[in-house]
Amino acid sequence: MLGLNKRDTTLLIAVAILTLFAPFILNPFPEGSAMAQFNAGYPDLMQRFVIFGIFAVGFNILFGLTGYLSFGHAAFLGVGSYSAVWMFKLLSMNVLPAIILAVIVSGMFAVVIGYISLRRSGIYFSILTLAFAQMSFALAYSVLTPITNGETGLQVYNDDPQYLMGPDSPTATNLFGLEMRSTYTLDIGHWSFDFNAGYYMCALIMLIAVYLSIRIFRSPFGLMLKAVKSNQQRMNYTGLNTRPYTLAAFVISGMYAGLAGGLMASMDPLAGAERMQWTASGEVVLMTILGGAGTLIGPILGAGFIKYFENIFSKINDTVLHQWFAFLPDGLEDFMVFIVHPFIGKGWHLTLGLLFMMVVIFLPGGLVEGGQRISAWIRRRNTDDAEKANGKTKPAE
Amino acid sequence: MGILEVKGVNKRFGGLQALGDVNLSVAENTVHAIIGPNGAGKSTLLNCLVGKLIPDTGSVMFDGQSVLGRAPYEINQMGISRVFQTPEIFGDLSVMENMMIPCFAKRDGSFELNAIAAIASQRDVVEKAEQMLVDMNMIDKREMHAASMSRGDKRRLEIGMCLSQEPRLLLLDEPTAGMARADTNNTIDLLKQIKDERDITIAIIEHDMHVVFSLADRITVLAQGTPLVEDAPENIRGNPKVREAYLGESA
Repeated sequence: MLGLNKRDTTLLIAVAILTLFAPFILNPFPEGSAMAQFNAGYPDLMQRFVIFGIFAVGFNILFGLTGYLSFGHAAFLGVGSYSAVWMFKLLSMNVLPAIILAVIVSGMFAVVIGYISLRRSGIYFSILTLAFAQMSFALAYSVLTPITNGETGLQVYNDDPQYLMGPDSPTATNLFGLEMRSTYTLDIGHWSFDFNAGYYMCALIMLIAVYLSIRIFRSPFGLMLKAVKSNQQRMNYTGLNTRPYTLAAFVISGMYAGLAGGLMASMDPLAGAERMQWTASGEVVLMTILGGAGTLIGPILGAGFIKYFENIFSKINDTVLHQWFAFLPDGLEDFMVFIVHPFIGKGWHLTLGLLFMMVVIFLPGGLVEGGQRISAWIRRRNTDDAEKANGKTKPAE
Repeated sequence: MGILEVKGVNKRFGGLQALGDVNLSVAENTVHAIIGPNGAGKSTLLNCLVGKLIPDTGSVMFDGQSVLGRAPYEINQMGISRVFQTPEIFGDLSVMENMMIPCFAKRDGSFELNAIAAIASQRDVVEKAEQMLVDMNMIDKREMHAASMSRGDKRRLEIGMCLSQEPRLLLLDEPTAGMARADTNNTIDLLKQIKDERDITIAIIEHDMHVVFSLADRITVLAQGTPLVEDAPENIRGNPKVREAYLGESA
């Protein structure tokens, strides 16, 4: 279907179903219950899941296929956001031109930064991209204040020209009148599910982005990118010029990042320089490696995982902990809270760091490898059971 | 006029004269071996032919065109393929993928942004790669991870990859170095078969005299960066200058 083989089609359909039903899947606990803490099905967070999913999927086209580790991808995210907000300021609050401009401008940025950075490979390439991103951050933060509004951040003001605004045009971001923030809440018993217009638009765009990424992975171009990662020497002596291949991959992944930045601004018409900081660049590297670099689905899993931790674990505080451990005797309760305390709230980074270390050490292929191991184990166990039932267990060799 | 003409090539690394006034002419559709003791400049010469090194002076003409100053990929697209001393293949990819890459390079040139079409839909390339695997007697290994193959199989795959580009000149840098006897003999048979079945010129650098005398139509002996003798194999064997170069003056 759609030019994909059976396995890739299944994967795409699975992602489609998960994103479509995310409001249900992410809200498994009834409102007001102790576990409601872990519900992630509110519009703001769901939007972030898919937007960072797009960011990581694009990053994976560069890092997963060619092995070039860019440490400055947040620059494109920021450029995308600024471009989008400028469209809101100049035209109207319609997100479509904003998203298109975000992709184009970040693509142009990627051509320039990639052209220079790709003259080197390995650690030197990473450092060059990091330097560019930090320069972009510094420019946005101070030097280019007329364009970026400096540390205040770029936002839409009442006296902005907005040439395409009619008298009845919505003043919130919208897609031809459909406001991004409009949400329909469905209450079933104690449960409550939010269906947000902005989320569904982002989810649809993410599905298109994932589909395109699958096509790239399975194309001759994708094969060449894998060849770049495997052996550049052989590539050169096979009549292939590696430079344009890596540059094309860099620009495509920069455009994905710009798209993500444009969507972020479309959900909340605000762009700040901190979006370009190196921590943001590092985050997408973590997402991709955590999920599984070079796999189709890994980056989305990684993005979801990290965003979930960031938003859910960081909200757990000592009061909540005391509720959880209330069944224990007083001294023990305090002791448990004392033990768990560093890993929650502001300490969520610690939990994430430990998890990241465990994944890198025990599952170098990321969460995807974990999934594969589990399914292989289940399959093996099933065949073992079947063999035992048939009495055909082979003797050990 | 040979397909490859090397004239007056000099290459100096600091105080070392690696190549001194090398002249070499390789005739079309022959196997030309370049032999010589260690440090004779064989690999330096080869690197000057494929664009890895640029000679200080002199000219290297392939089929009437200069190769000097061109990048390795451009020289390859002109029709020169190189097999390395240690097999250079795409270890992370499958055997079939390894074979398809040069087929794409042959069809599409040095760069093609073919990012949407599925590989499976490129029937011409898939069929050509499969045919080459059949020719190389490796079709049963098509889904195998290339890095996990034996050294002999890697060599066979690398030669197949070079041949699938239909090169006019195939350069082999010690193709049997570090191989077991059986693998060496297999490689000799493969190269003989290639020589007989295809319109191709082969230039080979080799230490193993068994390999050289089984294949070569013409031999150049290189010593201390300069060609000593160029002759047919039967005349090289008894040449006193060659013995001297290999065994030292006293011999």
